[in-house]
Amino acid sequence: MSENVAHPAAFGDAAAIASSVAAGERTASAVVDEHLARIDEHEDAVHAFNTLMADEARAAAAAVDERIAAGETPGRLAGVPVALKDNMCTRGVATTCSSKILEGWKPPYTATVIDRLVAEGAIPVGKTNLDEFAMGSSTENSAFGATKNPYDLDKVPGGSSGGSAAAVAAGFAPVSLGSDTGGSIRQPASLCGVVGVKPTYGAVSRYGLIAFASSLDQIGPFTTSVADAALMYEVIAGDDPMDSTAAPQPALPVSSKLGAGVDGLRVGIITEMAGDVIEGISADVLARLRAAADALAAAGATVDEVSVPSTVYGLPAYYMVAPAEASSNLARFDGVRYGLRADGTNTAAMNTASRTAGFGAEVKRRIMLGTYALSAGYRDAFYGKAQQIRTRITEDFDRAYESFDVLLSPASPSTAFALGDKTADPLTMYLNDVCTIPSNLSGHPAMSVPFGVGDDGLPIGVQVLAPMMGEVVMFQVAAALEQAMASDAASVGGA
Amino acid sequence: MADTDPQPLSRDEVAHVAKLALLDLTDEEIDLFTVQLGSVIETAHDMNNLDLEGVEATHHPLGLTNVTRDDVVRPSVDRDEVLSQAPEVEEDRFKVPPALGEDS
Repeated sequence: MSENVAHPAAFGDAAAIASSVAAGERTASAVVDEHLARIDEHEDAVHAFNTLMADEARAAAAAVDERIAAGETPGRLAGVPVALKDNMCTRGVATTCSSKILEGWKPPYTATVIDRLVAEGAIPVGKTNLDEFAMGSSTENSAFGATKNPYDLDKVPGGSSGGSAAAVAAGFAPVSLGSDTGGSIRQPASLCGVVGVKPTYGAVSRYGLIAFASSLDQIGPFTTSVADAALMYEVIAGDDPMDSTAAPQPALPVSSKLGAGVDGLRVGIITEMAGDVIEGISADVLARLRAAADALAAAGATVDEVSVPSTVYGLPAYYMVAPAEASSNLARFDGVRYGLRADGTNTAAMNTASRTAGFGAEVKRRIMLGTYALSAGYRDAFYGKAQQIRTRITEDFDRAYESFDVLLSPASPSTAFALGDKTADPLTMYLNDVCTIPSNLSGHPAMSVPFGVGDDGLPIGVQVLAPMMGEVVMFQVAAALEQAMASDAASVGGA
Repeated sequence: MADTDPQPLSRDEVAHVAKLALLDLTDEEIDLFTVQLGSVIETAHDMNNLDLEGVEATHHPLGLTNVTRDDVVRPSVDRDEVLSQAPEVEEDRFKVPPALGEDS
């Protein structure tokens, strides 16, 4: 019998913690201590963290408590522990990207999203494990060992933000941040039974996020409820002078319609991801997709299927665009200014030796693939074509949104798979992101909402997709799905 | 894919790309990457099934260009803090082995 240590929101969700701390019913210090004790008990089994920030967290909690004692407003996330994916810079605290090439490096500045969370009273408790440089779908590509799925310690948590998803599922923190380049928030959210949001490209600042593929990367939250996800989104989103690719507009008011229901909304199930076109999506995942559609229909939405034909080309296009940008972004890791340096008799030899010793196999594969895709004679055939497909996918989505308010699909083709199951063949691993990649290529927002379990009893998420900057209706529909699950559970006496 | 299909990627190409990417691969790694990257490139050929004649390329989802700010002096990251994280430093500069010399 596999071991289950999951306990999402073990000490309340973020909204509950923040309101009780602000009201003086419990201290931020007590909240942090509870979470650190739970981490102490189960972290050896789960391995969600690369670096724990216990001392920093206690000091930050004491500071929040002092502010409250002094009568100051403590912020919307007062005393809320938050786990941070270890590819986001934290000044003075090791930031590794789960790579040997950055082991021990302490950034001289902090990511905008983290500054915004801390300004609202949130307490960073640690840096979470990921696939090296966010390249992977299982968190097994970490140089520091795999993270385990809290619902079944023999299974992967998904990836690349597996540590952040597992931390929330295990109750180590009620909320966390991840980054999503091809599904790295939504797929682990699905596998770990938590809410995971990829905002519209540019809605959230990337300043301080160590770049993987700059035109695809987006930071977003993991939470145990849609309301918490909306709260996190409203805190971290909005223009940032430090990120010239950020959308020049304030955070969208995504909490505003959480209780509005879905009466009259038009919901489209993406035909290509509903079973017959894209192969390899398991029957139990498709059953939960249908159940979600039925629940929305029962709540008054109009549900139909809609074809978004070019999404089937998402995977090959992604595996040209993302590695191409990665090969460029990761050129900065050369042993000169930070991170690992290996010996070489001259600068070029030192650069090569450092990169060879510092990068793991999957990172090397992607750098090679990107270098190839951008090299003379191949650029138009591969990279150029992939960028045209991005345009086509965006057009197809936009056409679908002329007739539908949101779209639905699976978030992951399967429930959590066994550790070691897919590590031998990279292409098999890449297929995990077949439903999530198109949104990164187009820039549209999408999120995974827990919607029951599969035949193996493990969590399944449904993906809600929306038009550019369509987060308000996306969260509205996600809240309706969450509500439907809750009444479902109540009607069968709880699950 | 039949075994008789021409390899989408040759061993020599892999070795060349490794050199461009400043990676020193073992013979075994070159063999493995030739197969693994070859299968990804084979999948990429699926893109040829789409008629993309005249379709514009997307470089960036928002299409922002030339974002500027006022040219004013403001605090930057601390120099000593940056240098404290470097592998080797001399007189407030990053230090590297000779740019020219053995093996170059």
